[in-house]
Amino acid sequence: MNAAPTTRTAPRTGHRPRHVASAAARENRAGLAFVTPTFVVVLVVVVLPILWTVLLAFQHARLVDIQGMSLLGNWSLENFGKVFGSPGFWSSLWTTVLYTVGSTAGSVFLGLIAALALRKPFRGRGLLRASMLLPYVAPVVAVAFVWEIALSPQLGIVNDWGTRLLGWDDPIAFLSTRSYEVSLLGLHFDVPLALLTVIAFETWRYFPFAFLFLLARLQAVPDGLEEAAKVDGAAPTQRFRYVLLPELMPVIALLCVLRFIMTFNKFDDIYLLTGGGSGTDVVAVRVYDFLTARFDVGAAAAQALVLAVLLMALLGVYFAFFAKKTQEEA
Amino acid sequence: MNSATTTRPAPPTRGDTAAPRATARPRMSRARFEERFFGVARRLVIAFLALITLVPFGYMLLLSVKPIDALLLDPGQLWVSAKDFTLATYEEVLRPTAEGGQGFLGMLGNTALVSLGTVALTMLAAIPGAYAVSRLRFFGGRQVSALFLAVYLFPATLLAVPLFVMFARLGLQGSLVGLAIVYIAQTVPVSIYMMKNYFTTIPYGIEEAAALDGCSRLQTVRKVVLPLALPSLMATGLYIFMIAWNEFLFALLFLAAAPDKWTVSLGLQLLSNGVEVSKTVLMAGSVVLTVPVMLLFFAAERLLTEGLTSGADKS
Repeated sequence: MNAAPTTRTAPRTGHRPRHVASAAARENRAGLAFVTPTFVVVLVVVVLPILWTVLLAFQHARLVDIQGMSLLGNWSLENFGKVFGSPGFWSSLWTTVLYTVGSTAGSVFLGLIAALALRKPFRGRGLLRASMLLPYVAPVVAVAFVWEIALSPQLGIVNDWGTRLLGWDDPIAFLSTRSYEVSLLGLHFDVPLALLTVIAFETWRYFPFAFLFLLARLQAVPDGLEEAAKVDGAAPTQRFRYVLLPELMPVIALLCVLRFIMTFNKFDDIYLLTGGGSGTDVVAVRVYDFLTARFDVGAAAAQALVLAVLLMALLGVYFAFFAKKTQEEA
Repeated sequence: MNSATTTRPAPPTRGDTAAPRATARPRMSRARFEERFFGVARRLVIAFLALITLVPFGYMLLLSVKPIDALLLDPGQLWVSAKDFTLATYEEVLRPTAEGGQGFLGMLGNTALVSLGTVALTMLAAIPGAYAVSRLRFFGGRQVSALFLAVYLFPATLLAVPLFVMFARLGLQGSLVGLAIVYIAQTVPVSIYMMKNYFTTIPYGIEEAAALDGCSRLQTVRKVVLPLALPSLMATGLYIFMIAWNEFLFALLFLAAAPDKWTVSLGLQLLSNGVEVSKTVLMAGSVVLTVPVMLLFFAAERLLTEGLTSGADKS
């Protein structure tokens, strides 16, 4: 309400610099006023809890005595000893990395293929494009349940068809087989079947996300570029390699980073499919176990913290090596 | 950004096409071969994609209208015979627990309540911030903007522990309001991001005109900016609704002990762990859980995908 008179009087008095400064000051005040509520909410529901996690990780804290516990005090490094010393910690870390890399690569790759296939119009493209996003928008509990039933050795369609049509000797318990022996050309391999299955699930659920972004980017590539390459006789693979891929690369890199971060901390999908058993016990599931099975808040916080620090370290490495390159391209 | 990336690949393309001019014939045939090969491959890929995205949902629907005996008898059957077809599964899953059902109707109510509450709270919290970082230059604006994005990187597992403790302490465990508050943490960053992108596309001149007409900043936002940004607000609201509707981890942490407060996701998961409820009844539960989200999504698909990817085509 103040604004109108000041803007009108300022030019008349001729104090132009002062007018600019006061407009900037007003904008500054308005900005602070507008951002404060959001900032406070983020502070309360996100930043403070995270800081508290850091505190808890260095405290001896169990859920039973948390009621009377003060915010500070009870310091100990015991939690980290518990985390690093607990059986299966390192293997679970390795599982997390495998799961994350596999799912990220899988979903971005499948998303890329899908974006390329749906690039040119055909009848029913709009509908297919929309329905391809279903795995991403559908509730995770529902789709995980469908996968569980479909892959079940007793009720599942996959095993029924596999034994009847593909000649499998026995039904395969996809979600509870730690390692499955496969013989190919006389060689025997042990395949971590349950882990591969959850990676396949994750790929299936998140390729629409990559697809959406890649398709949007693909459609923004100027037609002329590809047309020119086509006139010059470049084959589709060449056009992809030299025209489209350089255009898509920034988006692909961003998607990989995003998917990596999300999958690294993913809890729901694995918990729902395997409960963290059969060689799929990723660190996020261990955090949950510490919290709910042993009520050991300190150890759970330490475990979550270790996971977050590791993620940041990996991202740091990534940005140190690749961000410079991306920036040069930009 | 665009100009640099488009000029960079040009040299290799030119170098590549300079060579084939001398040996035009074999190159052309490679191009033609590939053209044909990818023409076929494209159809196969499209069919494959349609298969993997639609079949699981068709399978869900199919199993939800079968009695469990029919499923056990022939798990591989891809249709349901007229004599097996039943809607008793839906009836059982929706009936209140007091009457021997699984009480999903009540859970649907809980889920809707939490989701709508989350949408309202998140929008209230996110709109001013999104407006400020997209429009106003102020002290620390860039840092705050970066913080809002960085929040996205913090894992839910980091939040789970302190929130679990905090709620245990405040006695908010088993409360839907508490759950909605927790969901704000999950949805605020992405909401700010989506709305910020849209706010920047609204011409600044409109706001200046409103200011000259004597609107205060708050009035300008309420009467000019928000109505113009309505598509984006709706897309953001829908997206928040879906996140809240689908959420599982925090529902599990906070509500597991209070069956009358269960959300559909939680109820479905907890019941599917046991053996008492037959799988086809739970399949009907999955359909009940999935259908609202799907309807919303198809109703607003354009709006949603554009809201999410706006800006992606510029990077």
